[in-house]
Amino acid sequence: MIISALISVWNVFKHLFKKRVTIQYPEERPYLAPRWRGRIILSRDPNGEERCVACYLCAVACPVDCISLQATEDEHGRRYPEWFRINFSRCIFCGLCEEACPTYAIQLTPDFEMCEYDRQNLVYEKEDLLIDGQGKYHGYNFYRVAGVAIGGKDKGESENEDAPIDLRSLLP
Amino acid sequence: MSETVLHLINVLGILIVVLSIAASLPWVERRLLGYLQDRYGPNRVGPFGVLQTVADAIKLFTKEDWIPPFADKPVFIIAPTVIMTTILTSFAVVPFSPGIGVIDLNIGLLFFLAMSSLGVYSVMLAGWSANNKYSLLGALRAAAQMLSYEVFMGLSLMGVVIISGTFNLRNIVLAQKNMWFCIPQIIGLIVFIIAALAETRRLPFDLTEAESELVAGYHIEYSGMKFGMFYIGEYVGVTLISSMIVTLFFGGWQGPFLPPIVWFIIKTFFFIGLFITLRASLPRPRFDQLMSYGWKVMLPLALLNLLVTGGIVLATGS
Repeated sequence: MIISALISVWNVFKHLFKKRVTIQYPEERPYLAPRWRGRIILSRDPNGEERCVACYLCAVACPVDCISLQATEDEHGRRYPEWFRINFSRCIFCGLCEEACPTYAIQLTPDFEMCEYDRQNLVYEKEDLLIDGQGKYHGYNFYRVAGVAIGGKDKGESENEDAPIDLRSLLP
Repeated sequence: MSETVLHLINVLGILIVVLSIAASLPWVERRLLGYLQDRYGPNRVGPFGVLQTVADAIKLFTKEDWIPPFADKPVFIIAPTVIMTTILTSFAVVPFSPGIGVIDLNIGLLFFLAMSSLGVYSVMLAGWSANNKYSLLGALRAAAQMLSYEVFMGLSLMGVVIISGTFNLRNIVLAQKNMWFCIPQIIGLIVFIIAALAETRRLPFDLTEAESELVAGYHIEYSGMKFGMFYIGEYVGVTLISSMIVTLFFGGWQGPFLPPIVWFIIKTFFFIGLFITLRASLPRPRFDQLMSYGWKVMLPLALLNLLVTGGIVLATGS
């Protein structure tokens, strides 16, 4: 009994000279994986337009109801959010909004340093969320692949899409 | 006159140094525990975190010093002072180096044992006066543990007394000129270290506190600086026990090259470090294991050690 206790004491003592596992955070930065679920952003498509089509799927998917938005349309019939609000004091960074998004607009980024002294400052508006880049999915433009007709693009003009068949012309 | 002043400086110096060492021990312990667990420990407040204890003390002073309305007030207030007083009084007989030390008591060893026995009162009264069932349970455990480990703590030291032929700690140190008593009294040393751990209620034997089951044991109702007294009292106790081990078994201030007081401090800190390492590595035994270990293993071992030492000394006639 004494012997085994002494062995464990020695084994613990050897840890005095081992490498520390602590990452001293403010000076040392931890490694964040590319798919880290951190601060939420809204990305833009390659043309610099907003990707978000205000379909409300993220707001529906959100388990804590921290996303709210209002859809509207521009003169080309293209949908976009009039305002888009994420309350980060509620957000649990589950990433379900990112999974629900059909247009890769909403994305989670490897950034977690969003402390605020005032709770109200944690409510991010659309201007705070929108970034200028494309985020994780480069070259993806929802309106270029979706079969929906908007101003400047008619039916059948999307990528990988044949021109619509006029059924009447097929008549014998 | 000048002798009185010298003596006063001696006393105050020892008091201040001992108290500041004890006050810095929580930081030392937390740092060392951190290193033993592959962490860093507190290293933010001041250089290497040395001011952590200051921050803790400020925190303790700003806390509400609450006395429960159901407690036995005078006893509740006196209890934490008892432990500090007894342990600090014990330092009076510790011979730090040839010139440093408060009194040269003929029965210094007995005085130390008596004072550590009085320490039980602090724990018992604290647990009793708080009028709380958990603190009472903790105090009961503490009293049982400390009383039963005291028995062979005294006995384990008797071998040293037999060899050196004196109860005077200064003479015991001088008697170790040729050989430290840790070699002829190795069993006594082991028994004494284990008993000392139980006496100071440090981790392998901290059943009196047992924060995972009794919340905090006997000092459950204490807050503010009254709690701080128990907290620091534990570390003063560790310092005392370490210096006693050094005095009794490791030649006290004796050592080559360096001045005597430096040797004493180095040896004492070695044993403080050993206690912290033990805390980091050993699990807490069950209470019946603790008791049966004390009475069935340690007590016979101490008695056997006493018998053999006595026999050898008698036979060789030295």
